[in-house]
Amino acid sequence: MKRALASAFIVAVLIGLAGYAALFIAPDERTMHEIQRIFYFHLACWIAMFSAFSLVFIANIAYLATRQPQWDWLGVAGAEVGVVCCTGGLITGPLWAHPVWGIWWTWDARLTTTFILWLLYISYLLLRGLLEEPQRRAALSAVFGIFAFLDVPMVYMSNRLWRTQHPQPVILGGSGSGLDPTMGKVLLLCVVALLGVMILVLVDRYRLERLRHEFEELRQEVESRRVESQSTFREGRT
Amino acid sequence: MGTGRAAFILLGKELRTELRARELLNATIMFGLVVVVLFSFAFDPTAAESRRYGPGLLWIAFLFAGSLMLHPSFAREQANDTLSALRLAPISSFAILLGKMFANLIFMSLAEIVLVPVFAVLYNVSLAGVVGRLIAILLLGTLGLVVTGTVFSAISAHARMRELLLPLLLFPILVPLLIAAVEATSALFAEQPALDRTWISFLAGFDIVFLTAAWLLCDYLFEE
Repeated sequence: MKRALASAFIVAVLIGLAGYAALFIAPDERTMHEIQRIFYFHLACWIAMFSAFSLVFIANIAYLATRQPQWDWLGVAGAEVGVVCCTGGLITGPLWAHPVWGIWWTWDARLTTTFILWLLYISYLLLRGLLEEPQRRAALSAVFGIFAFLDVPMVYMSNRLWRTQHPQPVILGGSGSGLDPTMGKVLLLCVVALLGVMILVLVDRYRLERLRHEFEELRQEVESRRVESQSTFREGRT
Repeated sequence: MGTGRAAFILLGKELRTELRARELLNATIMFGLVVVVLFSFAFDPTAAESRRYGPGLLWIAFLFAGSLMLHPSFAREQANDTLSALRLAPISSFAILLGKMFANLIFMSLAEIVLVPVFAVLYNVSLAGVVGRLIAILLLGTLGLVVTGTVFSAISAHARMRELLLPLLLFPILVPLLIAAVEATSALFAEQPALDRTWISFLAGFDIVFLTAAWLLCDYLFEE
């Protein structure tokens, strides 16, 4: 309990610092000025999302290999956290794009892949919601998760191959190209802070899944004992 | 019993079941036709536009019709619990999957054989001289659709709302296949018809990757 509170406090402080740094300490960007500051959280969202989904992939394979339910809990926790981070990135992106590029969205390789990734992991969560029996749910969603992860590089490749054949909007200012050192430090702080939030929520969700599992086991135990006692009662034995 | 032979026997069973009633095949073809016709109301196709948008709408019609056709693949086995009977037989799970994949491939191909000429007629697209190459693209694309679709049919057969779940799982996964198939078909319908090697290799790669994944993971699909 104390450890959870302490880590929550540390992460809260980190996020506060990161927000302050992004808004006030980071130097003003030459062309985009204020709106550029959203970039610190935008990139942090992507890094957190990518870590979460890689974790899901590892958890899926590990579950199928070992059949330990802990990996299934990790899988669903990672997927939920990943979807949230992805949504954050998909919202902050257009918020940045509209003042800078004049458009809310473009179908270039990276954006399209991210959108499909978002759809894939929402489907993963929907699949889990619609499968009832716990062991089957774990196994089948692990299979789907592996398929989904294998698909992502193919989505990226196919979009790259395709979009280079079509005219594209001119995109100014690639991120990370010659980053000012102060900006780099602020970026690092934001990434660490958001990763901290992600890990905190992930651990919490993992605990919730574990509790659900234990509750389910207890319920089944009670149910089987009740049935047993009923049948012995009926047969006239005590 | 060897995997190949078991798959072949299962393929025979699937074909016999379907060709007796033929309801699934008819429904699939009709649905594909309806989609193709609906698109003609969404935009008014001149010859040039048909050549630009035609391949896209053809493949979307195949995807929609396919997802409808793939769903009963395993859902049918739930009714009398025939899936348990299949699993009790001394055959590998991959044989079950393979048999159904080939059956679905044949059904989809039959639907495409009907839909492609109809499409060519309704949209004034000439298929002269490209039929062989078109068949190659259709085969590779349909194989990808059928491989992933059969696996996801097995997954969604255990879930609630399975009719809605299968397209939801399938379509995001098939985005690369859709892009590759449409681009390859467009290259064939262009002024100078050509077989685009990049996209053909991409399609083949897609098929190989997911067939391998299905082979590695098939045991987990059928366990209790």
